[in-house]
Amino acid sequence: MRTNDVILKTVTQLVTFIIIIFSIYVFLSGHHHPGGGFIGGLMTAAAFVLIGLAFDIETVKKIIPIDFKLISATGMLIAVLTGIGSFVFDANFLSHTFDYFHLPLLGETELATAVLFDIGVYLVVIGITLTIIFTIGEDQ
Amino acid sequence: MTGNEIINLLVIVCVLLGTFLSLVTMVGLLRLPDVYSRSHAASKSATLGVMFILIGALLYFYQDYGLDARLILGILFVLITSPVAGHLISRAAYYSGVPLWDKSIRDDLKKVAKKRSSASE
Repeated sequence: MRTNDVILKTVTQLVTFIIIIFSIYVFLSGHHHPGGGFIGGLMTAAAFVLIGLAFDIETVKKIIPIDFKLISATGMLIAVLTGIGSFVFDANFLSHTFDYFHLPLLGETELATAVLFDIGVYLVVIGITLTIIFTIGEDQ
Repeated sequence: MTGNEIINLLVIVCVLLGTFLSLVTMVGLLRLPDVYSRSHAASKSATLGVMFILIGALLYFYQDYGLDARLILGILFVLITSPVAGHLISRAAYYSGVPLWDKSIRDDLKKVAKKRSSASE
């Protein structure tokens, strides 16, 4: 019997936004402050696990229509490609660089290629966590 | 008094109130008789206690670094989630048959719960 949990569902709809926004903040601030791809990915995965707890796994699969294993594979590919990308500029494997750019709205911004690697880590962590939790969660 | 001193005084008041409310929570957890009144103590006063301490931290760091978005988000998050956690814990306790305190006289949920359990059978 599925119990009637309106309160949990409503709060989940509210809180998920806070968690995901905070995880993106933590992800982007990882270069100069505590944070980074790993913790950001874990928090995003936690938001999806919360949706899975309040609703069910089908809802999460509707939100992310891709196989979770594919997400981690894409992340791994991105991470390796950023490493290989440094060969194009005649540098060692996984060399990173940064520069300051003038962006509209944001002004003087420091853009580092390490962020691209971090995006890979972010996707791997999301994919792996969701795969583990929802494979255990499915009762078949 | 300068503005700095007023902010410091507010920080002291907030943090002390917060720790006092956390202490009240602890006493409530130890002394109250059943799960429901304990979760009442835990979810209410602990929420306010943590929020007071966070507000104190917000004011303290406001002097040097300006408003910290993480602390504001934290205050909002605790305000939203902690009562819901209390609600879910006591509801889970009720439906798994934890008895009420023997001196409690009113149980409005009993009728609804009985009707629902007979409907599901």
